[in-house]
Amino acid sequence: MRIALFVTCLGDVLFPEVGKATVAVLERLGHEVVFPQSQTCCGQMHTNTGYQHDAVGLVRHHVDVFERAIAAGCEAVVAPSGSCVGSVRHQHAALARREGDEALALRADAVAGRTFELSELLVDVLGVTDVGAAYPHRVTYHPTCHSLRLLGVGERPLQLLRAVRGIDLVELPAADTCCGFGGTFSVKNADTSTAMLADKMSSVLATRAEVVTAGDASCLMHIGGGLSRLRTGVRPVHLAEILASTS
Amino acid sequence: MSTFLGMPAGRVPGPAADTAVGQLTGNRSFPAAARDALGDTRLRRNLAHATATIRAKRASVVGEVPDWEALRDAGSAIKADTMARLPELLEELERNVTARGGTVHWARDAAEANGIVLDLVRATGADEVVKVKSMATQEIGLNEALEEAGITAHETDLAELIVQLGHDKPSHILVPAIHRGRAEIREIFAREMPDVDLATLTDEPSVLAAAARTHLRELFLRARVAVSGANFGIAETGTLTVVESEGNGRMCLTLPETLITVMGIEKVVPAWRDLEVFLQLLPRSSTGERMNPYTSMWTGVTPGDGPQDFHLVLLDNGRTRALADDLGRTALHCIRCSACLNVCPVYERTGGHAYGSVYPGPIGAVLTPFLTGVTGGHDPNDSLPYASSLCGACYDVCPVKINIPDLLVQLRAEHTEAHAAAHRLPSAEAAAMAAAAWVMSDPARFARAGRAAGTARHGIRRGRPLLPLPPPLNGWTASRDAPSPPAETFRDWWARTRGGRS
Amino acid sequence: MSARDEVLARIRGALGDNPADAPPVVRAYREAGEHPPGSAAVVDQLVERLEDYRATVVRTRGADESVGIAIAAALDAVGATSSIAAPGVPDGWTSATPVCIRDVGTITPRELDRVDAVVTGSVVAISETGTIALDGSPRCGRRMITLVPDVHLCVVSVADVVQSVPEGLARLDPTAPLTFVSGPSATSDIELSRVEGVHGPRHLVVVIAG
Repeated sequence: MRIALFVTCLGDVLFPEVGKATVAVLERLGHEVVFPQSQTCCGQMHTNTGYQHDAVGLVRHHVDVFERAIAAGCEAVVAPSGSCVGSVRHQHAALARREGDEALALRADAVAGRTFELSELLVDVLGVTDVGAAYPHRVTYHPTCHSLRLLGVGERPLQLLRAVRGIDLVELPAADTCCGFGGTFSVKNADTSTAMLADKMSSVLATRAEVVTAGDASCLMHIGGGLSRLRTGVRPVHLAEILASTS
Repeated sequence: MSTFLGMPAGRVPGPAADTAVGQLTGNRSFPAAARDALGDTRLRRNLAHATATIRAKRASVVGEVPDWEALRDAGSAIKADTMARLPELLEELERNVTARGGTVHWARDAAEANGIVLDLVRATGADEVVKVKSMATQEIGLNEALEEAGITAHETDLAELIVQLGHDKPSHILVPAIHRGRAEIREIFAREMPDVDLATLTDEPSVLAAAARTHLRELFLRARVAVSGANFGIAETGTLTVVESEGNGRMCLTLPETLITVMGIEKVVPAWRDLEVFLQLLPRSSTGERMNPYTSMWTGVTPGDGPQDFHLVLLDNGRTRALADDLGRTALHCIRCSACLNVCPVYERTGGHAYGSVYPGPIGAVLTPFLTGVTGGHDPNDSLPYASSLCGACYDVCPVKINIPDLLVQLRAEHTEAHAAAHRLPSAEAAAMAAAAWVMSDPARFARAGRAAGTARHGIRRGRPLLPLPPPLNGWTASRDAPSPPAETFRDWWARTRGGRS
Repeated sequence: MSARDEVLARIRGALGDNPADAPPVVRAYREAGEHPPGSAAVVDQLVERLEDYRATVVRTRGADESVGIAIAAALDAVGATSSIAAPGVPDGWTSATPVCIRDVGTITPRELDRVDAVVTGSVVAISETGTIALDGSPRCGRRMITLVPDVHLCVVSVADVVQSVPEGLARLDPTAPLTFVSGPSATSDIELSRVEGVHGPRHLVVVIAG
């Protein structure tokens, strides 16, 4: 299958290893990955911070880019981020409608219908749970709010992780509680965000895992930033990176 | 809001609630109030314990209902239908209440509602009233208005009593004293109840409940006037409903000669049959019980049984403002169960006082600003839509499926637009967002910016920037290390390794 | 403009010229339980749910005399020495309890406060929620009498037990003064832990007859 990668702005600029890992997994499974180089950002930060008008411009650009990729034969768009896929699926068309652009809303819906979070693509579209990965580490999985509630990815990431060779997967206590990131919430309400982060970190530490993983680089940046500040020695590693690993 | 993006043409929002009357606004922004709450160890422990208890109870009793999702869908649809037919339904309610011997009053705002109630109490000659817990009367500050006129309002719900005796403010929709632990409640009772037996007053909940029973019994027996709210008002029959646990509601609704009920206009439901939905959704979502111990329903006046003088006060106070907006309208669907508070990770850590309004938590963070409006300035309520990480736990548990995260996002947009309209210069944030959007709308500009970020990595050592960051970015590095930007962006790696292939 | 007219005008203004059509109300939830009213399954469930919320349940045969004996024993068990009955309960229910007076509509709340127990019938019971409905009819009594005494002894006829909330509501006249009772009075206001016994009757004794 020919698959277009939506690497996300954060993944492009701050966490390129996540995008590389996504490419590696899909290519190992025999799929063709293309990277539409004019892509930028889904606009979620603008939308969720109250700048809907600015966001609509980004939505239009995103739709233009991935509509072209689909027209060029891509059967699916994949992003290694539950949150960005959530924005594409649940915000793009609504934003366009609010601006009175029904044509854009319909196009956004069409692109959203082909857009999948990585674990959704692997399990639902490609029908794979064992991607041939090996990762001999003690790992705990944080199910990130937008993957869990907006997309409803449910057990899919865990199905993928359970099939990884050598992994010691441990359940995270209070896994479904938010880590406190919430985009600009983490700076506008930094104190409350930190209190939430503290509880998430203590849950992670209670598992005695070496690695905390998730399907969103943004939440991992938050949890990882806290774990690093406290010199806990626990590393954040994106789900895609574990699935790409073979040693 | 009248200019707000996305409001369908031809709609005229009603006036905003006046924040100077009643208790719809605090005196500090949410982040400032939250900072203090987060440092209150006892508060944190009380909230963590109470919310964990109620979350488990709710999950257990909701889990045993096989058609829960169908009930939520029906509840949501009934409320949407109600809002679309609100004028006719209110007129029908009025007609049926009047036909059964009740009197219906209308109040444009809090001050008018307080005035109506005050006049009604004065007409009876009573100098005190007993009260059933009611969000509407808290919202309008009725107790304070009565107090000013020399009329004592006695709260009779246990949690309200704890709040009133503690000279405190409510912090939760269902359990206003959730921020208090049993030891604190014992202290308050020991200090404030004149006849309490200190020797036998322990901090056991059953002992404290018994003390409240003894304290209030005489009051119930002598009360001539009661004031209540209503959970539901049924248009088809004129029936009012109060859902409660302790029996204080029944006391107030049954023993006095005069009953005055203050009800927001959005609490009307079309038909008797609709209660079969809400009486399943509300108790399980609220106290985590299959059914609350007592539900009272009355229609006007019943000769020989209960109050013979019944008044219903229908309250607007900003509701018609929310009604004009498609999303604001759904905030009016709320049945005040408080399930969203109990699952909210922000509420669990800050408690309700940080929200300033009598409506705290996720629903309060949307309902309050929809009622009062956002000014685009430094009104404390302007900070409420941001008091959420948008985790969505509230939406999952809402028995009438209010999409609170969507409403929060909408209100944030309303706030930034109000700010832009009120200020000649954009805020620093708006300027930064506009600049980011400008960069991100063009791939070449975005690629250059990404490379610049890579260069900026030299400014970070062990997760901390070498130079202090300006607010609000320093909020990040105060407690978390910043990621070090990589030497090469993904797109540059792709271009380098895959050539021009796209 | 009167407040009434103004509020109604505001609502109409907020709804706009052509109010958005609300979606039709789809009632895909269960309107009836899987067990018929009065069946052993619903009665057993009612007993279980009542006891779960700390009500005392007594089962007896349906004849008035059997009910009367059960009532006398139950009142004795809770130590009630004075009681009042709703005006319409069958004579047989109170014949074994000579101290039981009938409510004739004149007793004051203060006098009621000195009565230990109240005996009433009921109009319908809902097993899934452990709920008993009173409707102010002569058998159920005025609302006041089931509220002030500390013991409420309530007789539920097996034929009146339904499984679901919709079935229960369908049997009621909404314009009657209705009280739904699900266990003794209780509160969750202290640390959200439920404790029984606040202002309403602290003891609910349910006699299931039939």
